Amino acid sequence: MNENIAIIRFPGSNCEFDVEEAINRIGAHARIVWHHEHDLEGFDGVIIPGGFAHGDYLRCGAIARFSPVMEAVASLAELGGPVLGICNGFQVLTEAGLLPGALMRNAGMRFVCETVTVEVASNRSALTAEVAAGTRLRLPVNHGEGNYICDAETLSEIESSGQVVLRYANNPNGSLNDIAGITNRTGNIVGLMPHPERAFDLVVGSADGVPLLRSFVHSVEAFAKCRVVVGQV
Amino acid sequence: MSRRRGPGIGQMPLTDITQLISDDRRHLPLGLLDEEYRSIIEILGRVPSDVELAMYSVMWSEHCSYKSSRIHLGRLPTKAKHVLVGPGENAGVIDVGDGVAVALRIESHNHPSFIEPYQGAATGVGGILRDIFTMGARPIALMDPLFVGPLEDAHSRYLLDGIVRGIGGYGNSVGVPTVGGQITFDRSYERNPLVNVFCLGVLPVDRLVLGQASGAGNLCVLLGSRTGRDGIGGVSVLASAGFRDDEGGSKRPSVQVGDPYEEKRLIEACLELLDAKLVVGIQDLGGAGLACATSETAARGGVGMDVDVRAVPRREPGMSAIEVMTSESQERMLAIITPSAVDQVLEVCRRWEIEATIVATVTGVDENGIGHLRVLDGPGGAVLADVPAKSLADDAPLYDRPMVAPPDLAERLDGGLANALVSPDYSEDLASMLVDPAWIYRQYDHQLFVNTIFAPGEADATLLRLAGPGIERSQKGLAMSSDANPAWCATDPRRGTRATVAESALNVSATGATPLALVNCLNFGNPEHPQVMWELSESIDGMAEACDALAIPVVGGNVSFYNESAGRDIDPTPTVAVIGLIDIIKHRPPSIGWRDGDFVVLLGERSANAAGSRWARDLHGIRSGQIDEVNLVIHRALCEFVSACVRDEAALEIAPDLVHGLHTIGDGGLGVALAEMCIASGIGCAVDQIVDHRELFSESVSRVLVATLCPTELISAARAKGLRAMEIGTVGGDRLIVSDLVDLKLEDLGARFHDRIDEALGEVASH
Repeated sequence: MNENIAIIRFPGSNCEFDVEEAINRIGAHARIVWHHEHDLEGFDGVIIPGGFAHGDYLRCGAIARFSPVMEAVASLAELGGPVLGICNGFQVLTEAGLLPGALMRNAGMRFVCETVTVEVASNRSALTAEVAAGTRLRLPVNHGEGNYICDAETLSEIESSGQVVLRYANNPNGSLNDIAGITNRTGNIVGLMPHPERAFDLVVGSADGVPLLRSFVHSVEAFAKCRVVVGQV
Repeated sequence: MSRRRGPGIGQMPLTDITQLISDDRRHLPLGLLDEEYRSIIEILGRVPSDVELAMYSVMWSEHCSYKSSRIHLGRLPTKAKHVLVGPGENAGVIDVGDGVAVALRIESHNHPSFIEPYQGAATGVGGILRDIFTMGARPIALMDPLFVGPLEDAHSRYLLDGIVRGIGGYGNSVGVPTVGGQITFDRSYERNPLVNVFCLGVLPVDRLVLGQASGAGNLCVLLGSRTGRDGIGGVSVLASAGFRDDEGGSKRPSVQVGDPYEEKRLIEACLELLDAKLVVGIQDLGGAGLACATSETAARGGVGMDVDVRAVPRREPGMSAIEVMTSESQERMLAIITPSAVDQVLEVCRRWEIEATIVATVTGVDENGIGHLRVLDGPGGAVLADVPAKSLADDAPLYDRPMVAPPDLAERLDGGLANALVSPDYSEDLASMLVDPAWIYRQYDHQLFVNTIFAPGEADATLLRLAGPGIERSQKGLAMSSDANPAWCATDPRRGTRATVAESALNVSATGATPLALVNCLNFGNPEHPQVMWELSESIDGMAEACDALAIPVVGGNVSFYNESAGRDIDPTPTVAVIGLIDIIKHRPPSIGWRDGDFVVLLGERSANAAGSRWARDLHGIRSGQIDEVNLVIHRALCEFVSACVRDEAALEIAPDLVHGLHTIGDGGLGVALAEMCIASGIGCAVDQIVDHRELFSESVSRVLVATLCPTELISAARAKGLRAMEIGTVGGDRLIVSDLVDLKLEDLGARFHDRIDEALGEVASH
């Protein structure tokens, strides 16, 4: 099978190997791609992993949006290619304007690392397509800036159109409406603060990330097939 | 070549040298003693230049040279067949099979953390990481044992808050999880907190590289940050002296400032250089900066080195050669490479946006076989320093400092007072001793690399999958536990340290692992105080006895002296970290929780000695009296039995289901251990075989609580190994009940446990 999922690596990324392992373990193939790359030819999906892309001394992800690879990510997303931003990846996607809203410092002003319960709020996304709404999952969070915010108009829009895909059962960061993850209007771009790749085996505490990542992989495969049929490269 | 040297004094009479030393006061502000200055003159056969003197002052500091402790450290056992690298290198390295090795080290960053808690703790993390990846290992785990004043003290809360933020701020960002540690609150640390930092890395055995230079004509490339004026004299005037009153502020410029993003890129670039075999030797720049990295690599390789001090990239203009050579600017590495590798090395560094500059050349030896470290003011420029490299790295004076036991030793050891204590409310006593450290580790990424099987607080030791980027996943696991109990050591440092090592080994065994190696961080007071030297010597003897008996080699260590403030030494605080290996993990091993209907079995020696316990010390102000001496033969049998039971639960296809949960007994005694098991599982218990409150709070270490459905089988298996074992109660209900002593609602117990630090730090958090 081809390596058709690109995991974007910035100099300060640190979850890229974990994502690679988790994707490999569900039988798909991913390859780590350096942020200086200009095109993503041969890839049908993208994951932007967690970490501190460029140190993030400035707002998280504020510099990463200017990395050369981000134009290619935007192009693939525009064609309908699945794009997943996890934690810092979510921050990068909002900074790049690919997802609405922003992520602020946690309400408690402290970094939070713990395993929390989230509920699937909508399955209209590449990440949640195969998981029934209402399903509760145990997923690790690990961030200092996961407090999601957006303006009232955007909020009512994403709420009414099923773009809020994951919600915290016990909000760890002050996020608006307990939002843990959102998607774009077409459901192919998804950002979430929890780390599904950290929950791939009961031995490490939870395997609840597997159905989410599997759903994302299947979305990538579906997009790849559709590309072949339509004849796009 | 021009040489600027002091006057030749090779034949000068002794009295003239004495006169010269008393006239020349240059060495005093650098922290060098008259007799040390004399040794330098004797080594060089002349008066040293300013640059030379500055380099000796940092390299011969207590922090770098271990001059007061080295004669004692030799008593520790360091050998075992799986030890690839023992003490003396940047980190210890042990073989864990299948071509994989583990590098580990522990350090202290005590003095900087008192002056500037955030940066002090942060750069402690940065420094220990460099010690690990300089061996070719990828750092995959940090642990941070912390010691601060009581939570009631506002300044201690400020320090704790800053230290925890600093560790998190650096570790989270650099991408290395902090998976364990411990917290001790005691008045002893009010004006001298301790921040100990442990790091562990994994490597393919064939990537192992040592910090040594070789091959005349090879080049030394300085990688990473530019050199600034930060941290000058950090090892000498800061770490090798105590604090007088209100001195913290004026020493603040000696604290370095960390940049985890630079370090992250430095880790990746260095590991890539090592993977590509582009490096002959590599060394981190930490304490004593460039002077240390160049002299140590040259000394280890038996070569010389010419350093072009002008070539060193600087943060600011106007820096002197002394400042450049002794700066402790963070995030720098020195790589020794062949001239043919230069282009490839620079290319890797460019990709990782790491500055790389050739600053030195490896040279051969002189006619006497001595390699010289020379500092040149530009290529072919004036020689600012020319000293035998080995004399800086290895020839610091060794002190056999006077030792004396405390005059009141007999009173200190007497456990009579502690064992005569009674309390009106043992339930309240127990509840007030509960502290959940989650407030601390929640602020640390403790999950990265998805190796964490037991996170902090889940079991007696942290348990990780043995894996990491570049290391193929196996079924193996690595257990690690950092332990210290200064209360035990304050009365009897030998017995206390023995017990500390024993406790750490048992904690590791309780995850099913077999202990493999130990590193220590010996935090003590002023070595010029004979009582402190006695404490150190006793402590090392206790450690040696325990390590010998338990077959655990010491593969590295660190000594931190001058932990004193306003003339008061801290309690002796030997911290140890033991790591162990478990071969097969198929299921999550049992941990602290238990299940409804389990029976509670107490394994090991019973004790009714409350002396030396936290209960006697913190709650009732009785510091005298010792904990029980550990019988190391029985203790080893206990470690092996517990390890085997838990290992079977993790490894066998169908787990035997003999052990549902377990918890070692230590700080806080049996009472706190029971309470923590209740809280972890949300299920109460009723225990009825505890003789009295002394047994409830005794901190005798060779004991484990086990929750099981098959108490008869477990007890007979233990007895077959010569161990004592008895059923003491049952699991169930929503109360913790110890007959005639304790009756607490689980709900209240949980609240007291979880809220202790959060409540105390509440007002800090809301700032």
